[in-house]
Amino acid sequence: MTRTTTSTAAPPPAAPHPGERRTRRSAGRPRTWRDHPLRRVTPWLFLLVPLALLVTFTYVPVGNMIYYSFTDWDGVSPDRHHVGADNYVQLFTRPELFRVFAVSLYYLAASVVQIAIALWFATVLSFDLRFRNLFKGILFFPYLINGVAIGFVFLYFFQDGGTLDAILSFLGAGTDHAWLGDPESANTSLAGVSVWRFTGLNFVLFLGAIQSVPGELYEAAQLDGATRRQQFRHIIVPGIRPVLSLSVILAISGSLSVFEIPYIMTGGATGTSTFVIQTVKLAFQFNKTGLASACAVVLLLIILLITWVQRRLVPDEKVDLV
Amino acid sequence: MTLTAPGRPRRRSLGIATTLTYVSLVVASLVVLIPLAVVFLTSLKTSREVADGGGALSLPDDWLNFSNYATAFTDGHMLTAFGNTAFILLFSITGTVVIGSMTAYAVDRFEFRFKKLVMALFLIATLVPGVTTQVATFQVVNSFGLFDTRWAPILLYMGTDIVSIYIFLQFIRGIPTSLDEAARLDGANAFTIYRKIIFPMLKPAIATVVIIKGITTYNDFYIPFLYMPSEDLGTISTALFRFKGPFGAHWENISAGAILVILPTLLVFLFLQRYIYNGFAQGATK
Repeated sequence: MTRTTTSTAAPPPAAPHPGERRTRRSAGRPRTWRDHPLRRVTPWLFLLVPLALLVTFTYVPVGNMIYYSFTDWDGVSPDRHHVGADNYVQLFTRPELFRVFAVSLYYLAASVVQIAIALWFATVLSFDLRFRNLFKGILFFPYLINGVAIGFVFLYFFQDGGTLDAILSFLGAGTDHAWLGDPESANTSLAGVSVWRFTGLNFVLFLGAIQSVPGELYEAAQLDGATRRQQFRHIIVPGIRPVLSLSVILAISGSLSVFEIPYIMTGGATGTSTFVIQTVKLAFQFNKTGLASACAVVLLLIILLITWVQRRLVPDEKVDLV
Repeated sequence: MTLTAPGRPRRRSLGIATTLTYVSLVVASLVVLIPLAVVFLTSLKTSREVADGGGALSLPDDWLNFSNYATAFTDGHMLTAFGNTAFILLFSITGTVVIGSMTAYAVDRFEFRFKKLVMALFLIATLVPGVTTQVATFQVVNSFGLFDTRWAPILLYMGTDIVSIYIFLQFIRGIPTSLDEAARLDGANAFTIYRKIIFPMLKPAIATVVIIKGITTYNDFYIPFLYMPSEDLGTISTALFRFKGPFGAHWENISAGAILVILPTLLVFLFLQRYIYNGFAQGATK
């Protein structure tokens, strides 16, 4: 995983120590695959389709998007005018366009809760427990459920006289609160759904990381009389640092690009619109492709910046995946 | 690997800590299960039961009342939706596996000019979140005339799946090159080696990719929602989303629809649990 170059590929013909056998072979059979004229083209034959798709659906859009962001294009008409940085000026000066960032804070707070919960259960469940696998399954399953189905489950959950109200009155704390009715409780409720949905992923990642810590470490700690808490602080936390930092990054960029749950549940009403909902609406409902592109460019830049900062702060060994 | 060191002296006295642990686990399980269970209960109720309701937690009168499922299935066009989803799954998964393994093979087994550049292109692409570029991707898809066809999501799912490329890359590195060399001596060309040696050996990685890709594709809402607005091109996500309109506040039908969509996931999960955990742990950390 930490390899930067692939030493497994064929060594160049002028390798310093050509094996005796190979020398003999290439002398006897001059036209082996190694010096076949097609040899140079071969990797490109394999890469042709993947690269074409990559460029068409990732790089061309990014390039176009940057270009659109400087125009007033509506996405349909053939003429578009260059408007300079006007879209960006609008984006940063019209407070209603920028307000959506405040909504991200709810989700950011939610991800802190989510990571804490996931860490607790991953720690607890990596030790021997009754019904361990059952609990594991229950905690992870929400992550696999279809987002639209989750949206409906929780629309019903937060409805007037729905699941939540029924539970609360069952517990003797009956309220008459419209959970999705005002911006504050609506965003809190939606962020809660996001915790419900994504804790399982963090949990499984942490669980995997904790279990890849060699067991002898725990035994040694045990012999030294370390408490569970000390084991957690000095063995588990350092052991899963890379995954932890990855989760933080995913949490931040995820909080900025929330779309599905609020779109399905409230359609962005009552102050629950997020940056992506706003962008999608600008682009596909109000035909403001130029402005929407500027929004998207800003979001992309923020996410790239966060990723870059994280890589600076936590130099982890997973960076050089290639 | 479970951490059950035999010599571990766990204070088995059911101390406060152990009790708290179990309490937290039970509470978390209830938090996960109750919302789902209530929706399941609702799906079995008649519309009258839901309307004059004994509350969301009340039990249905008739536990075998599946009429809401029938309504959801037919009026919600779920059959078409499952068909479209299956079609998209089939092509995008096959495509992802073929493309991902070919890329990994080319990158790991060959030295060529611009190799670093190619890898950088794939690496940088992981940093670009798909949701941000859809405004412009939409125009690209549209210019190919693929808007509102099932090929739009198929191409998008195939073309942007960097995660699977990494999974294959990790795996292919573990396959000894001596196998390739031996095949070459027998006169096999690069493609034959890929097809006859590398690809069959990738089975575990393929299983991982199929599972991850399958579940994320099955659940995706954003792409089919943007690219396939026609009603007869609904996937299970968008078809379910459309329940919001016609069924209005008919929670018994909406619930049945939601359960119909969740059920296949539950079955797959129960049968493939172990692979799914590993798959996601592998996929997400790449």
